[in-house]
Amino acid sequence: MTLRWWIADSLEMVKRNLRHIRRTPELLIDVTLQPIMFVILFRFVFGGAIPIEGTTYVNYLMAGIFVQTIAFAGMYTGVLLANDLKNGMIDRFRSLPMLQSSVLTGRTLTDLLRAMLAVTVMTIVGFLVGFRPEGGISGALLAVGVMLTFGFALSWFGVAMGALVRTPEALQGLMFMTVFPLTFASSAFVPTNTMPSWLQFFAERQPLTLVTNTVRSLMLDGSGGPDAIAALIWSVGLLLAFFPLGLWAYRRRTSQ
Amino acid sequence: MIVAEGLEKRFGTTHALRGLDLDVAEGTILGLLGPNGAGKTTAVRILTTLLRPDAGRAEVAGLDVLKHPSEVRRKIGVAGQNATLDEVLTGRENLEMIGRLFRLPAADARSRANGLLGRFSLEEIADRITKTYSGGERRRLDLAGALVAEPPVLFLDEPTTGLDPRGRLSMWDLIGDLAKGGTTVLMTTQYLEEADLLADDIAVIDHGKLIARGTALELKQQTGGERLEILVTNGDQMAAAAAALAALSGEKPYVDEAARHVSVPVSSHGGMLTRAVRELDAAGVEVDDIGFRRPTLDEVFLALTGKPAGEETSAPEELAS
Repeated sequence: MTLRWWIADSLEMVKRNLRHIRRTPELLIDVTLQPIMFVILFRFVFGGAIPIEGTTYVNYLMAGIFVQTIAFAGMYTGVLLANDLKNGMIDRFRSLPMLQSSVLTGRTLTDLLRAMLAVTVMTIVGFLVGFRPEGGISGALLAVGVMLTFGFALSWFGVAMGALVRTPEALQGLMFMTVFPLTFASSAFVPTNTMPSWLQFFAERQPLTLVTNTVRSLMLDGSGGPDAIAALIWSVGLLLAFFPLGLWAYRRRTSQ
Repeated sequence: MIVAEGLEKRFGTTHALRGLDLDVAEGTILGLLGPNGAGKTTAVRILTTLLRPDAGRAEVAGLDVLKHPSEVRRKIGVAGQNATLDEVLTGRENLEMIGRLFRLPAADARSRANGLLGRFSLEEIADRITKTYSGGERRRLDLAGALVAEPPVLFLDEPTTGLDPRGRLSMWDLIGDLAKGGTTVLMTTQYLEEADLLADDIAVIDHGKLIARGTALELKQQTGGERLEILVTNGDQMAAAAAALAALSGEKPYVDEAARHVSVPVSSHGGMLTRAVRELDAAGVEVDDIGFRRPTLDEVFLALTGKPAGEETSAPEELAS
């Protein structure tokens, strides 16, 4: 019974969020124009200068762009939640007999849809600029599954941050301060073997690299590669940690 | 229908509620009257399950707000000064969403929304996003939102604050109709006139405590009913004017130095104006204006507490909400 209402309320929230997107299409820039820009810039600016063993730079690059976009989109969940907390809408929801957690599940499910749009857009653009994965359909689908799981987990991280940080602007700043260094100090855009050893040590063990390597391996040759288990553990672990933390932070924030 | 006993709430060093008691009988309107910072909004937030009190208990529709918050939410509608609408949705979408979140079937949510849009004269703008609504239109939609589930208990937090006179009148009509329909209403207000017009019963609160309770008539008798007010031409003559009026009515005058107003409670009109003019003239006081009027909230507070409204209040209401 509760599960049924949870789903119904969450879908009502998704409907609301999609209406917002329809009336404010700018909300989609981060999952459409921005990744397109990254694909084109990296492909044509760095593509000629960075030799990759065994494949082309664009084939190497795409997994990195995918994961970076999904990571940003996941964190952006927090900014949108912080916006809702700032205006009075959350009070209205709290005076209704709905399941309060559906505000958050509605938010994260909407961002899962945004992530799917991002994957679709980037796949098309990737193909236009020479991306030729050879992992087959099953590899591609598994890669998408890994990305979306990671993105969904980061959405819950975003929810927790959105409820903890005072303003949407502060969160946006914090987001750039964390996601940018994490994507650059990783295997997203260049192989890690030219980095100094201390940076390499970090870059090879942090989740963005592990997820990127797994997605890349699945797309290029259909196998999970050596980092697949670690990537899944990180994704599921982040989800298990930040799902309850997000709910807790939201309750704490809204009951004050 | 609504009962609160010994509600306490602190926000840091601000003591927003200090043992507030309230009760509202079924089918009546209680006007919760008090200045900014008196604790009105805090009380409403506790009664509507948005905030936990530090001490005390409260019941709405027979349900404890702390033990059964979601059951309470099924029985209440909330609207107020912070009209909480989704600005990017249309009026109709807002109402339908609220209906759905009240677990109404889609068809019912739609027909309720239609009915309310008609009743509140919002049909013409029903399909515009609410960001484009005027202040009065937003309040009307907000109130409609509170009524979607036809709740037996309504909380209205300063429903007319910030509205122009026309918007205020139409809001008063709507609230009056609700009470005729048997809904129990608790509304907060800063305006004695508003409580007077709409409420069956008035509770005056200050500094988080109940300081008076009764019908509008009872309160006015307590505060001296109608007042005679003068506008003194010369600020130097304020004391002389106050003394003259005090002698006239036998009551303590209320002096507003900045506005150069002096007023006193009066019991009867008969010959009062001519006597007042004569006395003031004899005292050498020149007057720009003179007349009868109803007591203001400030004067009610002066009469009830011996000090002007809001004095010693450590924080404005915004901080306490």
